[in-house]
Amino acid sequence: MRSVFVAILAASMLGGCAAKTPPPKAHPIRINEDPYPSTYTRYPGAVTVIRGATVFDGEGGRIERGTVIFGDGLLQAVGDASLASPAGAIEIDGTGKFVTPGIIDVHSHLGDYPSPGTASLQDGNEATGPVRPEVWAEHSVWPQDPGFSRALANGGITTLQVLPGSANLFGGRSVVLKNVHARTVQGMKFPGAPYGLKMACGENPKRVYGNKGGPGTRMGNIAVTRATWLRAQDYKRKWDKYDKNGGDMPGRDLAMDTLRGVLDGKILIHNHCYRADEMAIMIDMSKEFGYKITAFHHAVEAYKIADLLAANNICAAMWADWYGFKMESYDAVKENIPLVHNAGACAIVHSDDANGIQRLNQEAAKALADGIRAGIPGLSEAVAWEWLSRNPAKALGILDRTGSLKVGKMADVVLWNGNPLSGYTRPERVWIDGAEMYDSANPNKRPVSDFELGQPGEGDTK
Amino acid sequence: MKRLLIAAALLAAASPLAAQTIAITGGTVALGDGSEPMAGATVVLRGGRIVAAGPNVAVPRDAQIVDARGKWVTPGIVAGFSRLGLAEVDLTWSNDDGGGVSDTAGSADDTGQNGPFSAAIDVVPAINPLDTTIAVNRADGVVRAIVAPAAGKSIFAGQGAVIDTGADMDPVTAARKFQFVELGQAGADAAGGSRSASHVMFRSALREAAELGRYAGSVGSSGKAAAEGRDMPTVRNPNESRLYGSAARRSDDVMLTRFDAAALVPVLQGRQYLLVHVERASDILQVLALRKDFPRLKIVLVGASEGWMVADRIAASNVPVIASALNDLPASFEQLAATQSNVGRMRNAGVAVSIGMIDDSDTRNLFLERQYAGNLVALQKVPGATGVSWGEALAMITSRPAQAIGMGGEIGSLMPGRRADVVIWSGDPLEGQSAAEQVYIDGVRQPLATHQSRLLERYRYLPRRELPEAYRK
Repeated sequence: MRSVFVAILAASMLGGCAAKTPPPKAHPIRINEDPYPSTYTRYPGAVTVIRGATVFDGEGGRIERGTVIFGDGLLQAVGDASLASPAGAIEIDGTGKFVTPGIIDVHSHLGDYPSPGTASLQDGNEATGPVRPEVWAEHSVWPQDPGFSRALANGGITTLQVLPGSANLFGGRSVVLKNVHARTVQGMKFPGAPYGLKMACGENPKRVYGNKGGPGTRMGNIAVTRATWLRAQDYKRKWDKYDKNGGDMPGRDLAMDTLRGVLDGKILIHNHCYRADEMAIMIDMSKEFGYKITAFHHAVEAYKIADLLAANNICAAMWADWYGFKMESYDAVKENIPLVHNAGACAIVHSDDANGIQRLNQEAAKALADGIRAGIPGLSEAVAWEWLSRNPAKALGILDRTGSLKVGKMADVVLWNGNPLSGYTRPERVWIDGAEMYDSANPNKRPVSDFELGQPGEGDTK
Repeated sequence: MKRLLIAAALLAAASPLAAQTIAITGGTVALGDGSEPMAGATVVLRGGRIVAAGPNVAVPRDAQIVDARGKWVTPGIVAGFSRLGLAEVDLTWSNDDGGGVSDTAGSADDTGQNGPFSAAIDVVPAINPLDTTIAVNRADGVVRAIVAPAAGKSIFAGQGAVIDTGADMDPVTAARKFQFVELGQAGADAAGGSRSASHVMFRSALREAAELGRYAGSVGSSGKAAAEGRDMPTVRNPNESRLYGSAARRSDDVMLTRFDAAALVPVLQGRQYLLVHVERASDILQVLALRKDFPRLKIVLVGASEGWMVADRIAASNVPVIASALNDLPASFEQLAATQSNVGRMRNAGVAVSIGMIDDSDTRNLFLERQYAGNLVALQKVPGATGVSWGEALAMITSRPAQAIGMGGEIGSLMPGRRADVVIWSGDPLEGQSAAEQVYIDGVRQPLATHQSRLLERYRYLPRRELPEAYRK
């Protein structure tokens, strides 16, 4: 968590009778960079041992008849059958089953475009202007979206990034959430996760704004984006100087605050972009202004420039086989994900869909199979799980805390009732920070959002 | 890798190949009739039809043998509800989109319905067999599709067809097979803002059809269809009907165009299916109730996300359902009770249920239906959920959608006499990880190269060569 800076007011001058020294400048005021802090706290859990399952550790490792031990919210030991159980632990027999890190979806609009999809709940795109880095997706999240519980129970999703849509060149800040129901969005916020900023290139911004003052072309998209970064650099210069030297505080601008955060390396760029040539332009833009693109999203043509992505250490969050809904998705290939992985770049499976988020394991499985059929080397089921946990965690800046089954990390764990790369498998139990948040055999461990209470189908197995 | 060019395949679609006898041997074979797969079985095709399929089927001496050991063999997938072939790319910004930029290349999307006609619309002229979407779906084992128009300003969308995905210029299997009508939320919106409006619109339309229908002769099998020797009544194009002559008088207070009213005559007579999109339980009951006043309607429910809540009544009515496979979100107020167990519960109640797609993806992602069918099987292992057996799940994407529109004798299974639509898979077709390796439509082996597979070949290896990428074939 970004440390909270307390506003400091400097004591000021005392004039001595004879002193003619100029009064010292006011000390710089530290702006609170975390005004909507996470209030998430993990729920109680017991020391738990899952024994005998096949384990994917999320970093390419596979342990047959493995042992996974967690307690006090953290993973305590991960190994083979020889690991001993702590005294008093709950023992779960995982024979014939699989254990994996929870799946992390880096591209979701749950809460911002929730179910039901009424017009009054369409809160994902502040489409009142193409440059809106000042809006924060978390301020649109409706925590009672039933989509969150579907993602948990059917999809094994333990962490997700909710971002603004792609109508805007700068869509606004994203937020990383624990998939744990809460009354407030702050109650779901992943503690200490950095912020992201959504950017978009391509068809959407120019389609939305073509009739509304622009941009109306791809070149317009780029010009407006570059002009915005120029303003951001100017803002950063003023504030850097103020932070260093004090003096008159510059005017504060929420939009520029976010962009400054990117330029300072604190806020991660998640750039919706489909076409290879457009991704190459965005990469050059990032160098022009000195910022890093953390991940391209959708990246349907990532395979055409997988070498560029690897060389620039940019992740690509992709679908297994979506295609053809727009011209910029026309050149999709089913081997996109494994081709990007094979080039040494960070490949991620994402959903961008309230139904797709329930099946990311199946999507990874399709991508894996298509890659193997195409003769792409170095692929395996354990490798495919990197696309679902380790690589997304890296793209969200939380790999040090979750995204793989490593000792000391958060116990975000899924026990599957079979091989999760099979479409016949579903989550059996899901733990988040070591607390059991879902148990398929226990109707009391199945979350029901406020919206669904008293509705037809309340509490049903969905 | 074999490269079969589309052009060559078009030439190859002539009868001589279709007359060939082929025996597919040694594979795990599932008939698509609900039965479980059989190991080490044989499928024999001749003259574009299935001769027999099973473990003890004899291989004819003149048969070309296809070795399917280690593979699975099933009927080709029948997309139970779709808009396949109506759009190449969904969003190309016609001026109606408000994008304000004129689309000089012509819209790649033929699903817009903002013209003056509704029920009379016929999808057949809009279907392009060379759409990349058709090739992509063919390459993943989809062989036939029920293709519906989209509703525009009216609750009536028009007349849909059944097509095949073969690489030739004759995609239509059955034209004007059904009328498609929206009687849920979309219908309410089209009719002026309420279900009251859409229902009175519906009744009024049928009244106008009844009036015009007094002048109608027998609207049924054309001579040509009879000559093909199969029972495939194709509704004659209403544009050619005698209902347009000045003798066919109408009241003064009609709202439909003459063409639209005439198009509803066969629906009223029960000679053309009526596919009705409803999701909400109460809407489903309202549609079932229509049969009291219009007893000859051959209704098929489409969507039916809340069908499980009234499954007993649907079963008692003998109305088939083509359901969305996996809706489980209250995406709208007409889907509050959606659950993935919907299909399984309807099946258990005796509903003739199959799977179709009616959402943003229905122009192009029909190949996902087999993965969705596998998900229904997965539910068998989830406490509190209701799944279906493997054999039933396969039937729901092969024979059952065909049966829903009266074509179970023609397509959708490996029963004798059916069209020889056969797919050889690398593994269990209900697993997304499997792929189609050979696809036969009417006994003709199909090319499986697509725009996507060609792109893979070009970009499989990125390092620079002596010529730019555009020179790589």
